[in-house]
Amino acid sequence: MKQDLLSGEMVRLVAPNPETDAEYLARWARDSEYLRLLDFDPARQWSIKKHKEWLEKDLVETEKSDNFFFMVRTLADDRLIGLVGLDGILWNHGTAWVGIGIGEREYWGKGYGTDAMQTILRYGFDELNLHRVSLSVFEYNQRAIRSYEKAGFVIEGRIRQCLRRDGRRWDLIFMGILREEWERNLTDTT
Amino acid sequence: MIIQESLFVGRRIYLAPLDPENDAELEARWTHDIEYLRLLGADPARPVSPARIKKRYSELEQEMDDKDNQFYFNIRLRQAEDERAEVEAPYGRLLGFVRLHWISWSNGSAFVSLGIADAQERGKGYGSEALGLILRYAYAELNLFSLSVSIPEYNQVALHVFKTAGFREEVRQRQALHRYGRRWDILYLGLLHEEWQEQQGLAA
Repeated sequence: MKQDLLSGEMVRLVAPNPETDAEYLARWARDSEYLRLLDFDPARQWSIKKHKEWLEKDLVETEKSDNFFFMVRTLADDRLIGLVGLDGILWNHGTAWVGIGIGEREYWGKGYGTDAMQTILRYGFDELNLHRVSLSVFEYNQRAIRSYEKAGFVIEGRIRQCLRRDGRRWDLIFMGILREEWERNLTDTT
Repeated sequence: MIIQESLFVGRRIYLAPLDPENDAELEARWTHDIEYLRLLGADPARPVSPARIKKRYSELEQEMDDKDNQFYFNIRLRQAEDERAEVEAPYGRLLGFVRLHWISWSNGSAFVSLGIADAQERGKGYGSEALGLILRYAYAELNLFSLSVSIPEYNQVALHVFKTAGFREEVRQRQALHRYGRRWDILYLGLLHEEWQEQQGLAA
């Protein structure tokens, strides 16, 4: 049995603390590129108080087991760099959606997100006993697509021209990973 | 597209507002039809009381008003021959629902869902007719750009209805459902505004 289910190679997943974390979320959300990589809705600005309320609401849902939401901290210096969570869980089918955002730009493209994703997948498959995990990603977010493929996700299709940004239309790409694929990846790498 | 043509009245059916006071008994009975609920989607089938239906619909209407990102209609059988008389007449028999939801105004995209709840009335083309009305509503009134629908692999009738209306298969979420002792895919189909226009012979 893995000793610490919530630690990966570079990051660990910790419970959100609305008191201290809200100002990080609010700061990341001032970066429009981050927002447009993460969210379908129009980029906009919210107060720290509003971010704190959202975190508190997420925690209530986590306690009802409707979602499992974590902050991402580096193992090296315990720095808060992002968030990751499973939601839309359907226990009757063993399925969930995953969402991830690395807010600190200097940690982009260095494997921290992939490590956080691999860690939450292990949590989803080994602890929650899920059968599959889904995600959707914007066509223009190629860095994320590569990261998800590294974590074992495969492309299952694309909602054609679902988004309009910067004067053109983009597909919404759906990806998924099945328990058997995740298990096979583990034996391949160890 | 003619402004005088009713957006809500079709040949045999029409799109009506919610009427929970009068429909709650019937709608509650439909939530006991497990096969119907399984055709609709992934949520666990959960029978509810008429009181709960009333509450659910009053919340839904409040949400439509507050958030402005969905449109929900009842599908009813037409009573009167005359389109205008139909609006005045007492409500015709309730067949099911159709709705647009998760509308993203900045992207012009939305999801559609539809159900003919009355099992006796399935297979008569009412669903296709309601779909035709909601597509015209989405594209000619709301000016949306694209619509998506998600359908369980085992719901062959729905797949046929949406494909006949021009929807194309875009995503296959493998093994996303566990029912009838095995796993099934969820399919996502899509239809773009321009594809709908071509179908209508309205090509720009």
